[in-house]
Amino acid sequence: MKARVYVTLKNGVLDPQGKAIHHALEGLGFAGVNDVRAGKLIELDLAETVEDAEIEAMCRKLLANTVIENFRIERAQ
Amino acid sequence: MKSAVIVFPGSNCDRDLAVALKEVSGREPIMVWHQEAELPEGLDLIGVPGGFSYGDYLRSGAMAARSPVMRAVKDAADRGVSVLGICNGFQILTEAGLLPGALMRNSTISFVCRDVKLKVENSQSAFTSRYEAQEEIRVPVAHHDGNYTADAATLDRLEGEGRIAFRYAGEVNGSARDIAGIINDKGNVLGMMPHPERMIEPAHGGTDGRRLFEGLLEAIG
Repeated sequence: MKARVYVTLKNGVLDPQGKAIHHALEGLGFAGVNDVRAGKLIELDLAETVEDAEIEAMCRKLLANTVIENFRIERAQ
Repeated sequence: MKSAVIVFPGSNCDRDLAVALKEVSGREPIMVWHQEAELPEGLDLIGVPGGFSYGDYLRSGAMAARSPVMRAVKDAADRGVSVLGICNGFQILTEAGLLPGALMRNSTISFVCRDVKLKVENSQSAFTSRYEAQEEIRVPVAHHDGNYTADAATLDRLEGEGRIAFRYAGEVNGSARDIAGIINDKGNVLGMMPHPERMIEPAHGGTDGRRLFEGLLEAIG
């Protein structure tokens, strides 16, 4: 069983990397980009027995820094 | 002063910190590998050095903060042992929850490596007693992720409780309220991005960092 964990910066937290990407896109001539936020995707290959609560604990304890980041878990078969 | 310096895979300021501690206290610190679950008995000070522990994987300091030795560092800090985290050490201490907030990518995106001016905000702590309040000192920085962030309530609390030890005197990395170093609520843990251990003898180009270690020696013996 696989799970995907999306880690993103919380609203209101400045994202210098997103800003730089935005700037670079504009430099390449892509108009119409209002904002860019960069995040991470972490793929977990899990034993069938791993419960949702455990994945959430993984996120809270390590995968995301909840001071600045949110996370979203997506389970896939 | 009996001190230890924690060494992680990827630490690169551990020896500089050890030299500074030896120079000032006259006593060689004990180097402790990150996989140790216990610290030597009777420590007065634990140094968490700069570098790129675990290659900054996931987030700067994230892996190191979860290594076995950090549980022992946390216990020691709870017992009142002084802890000094410099640069990556500061990142590790925030990731481990010993200090509030987080250190994000510099607002300029670029690695910043130069001497900076710091303003001493709190000269009453065990770490800063040899400085004058509002004194400007010069200490080098060398980091990519030094942009201190915390929510407004935390920042207000840090300011209100005098827990901002140092502020940048000019723009360096986008840190909230120009924060360069903070102290925990009990006053025995300091995290700072600049490197005082690289400014302890005239050959370094200055000695402003030395007084931090001298003050510590005086405060904790």
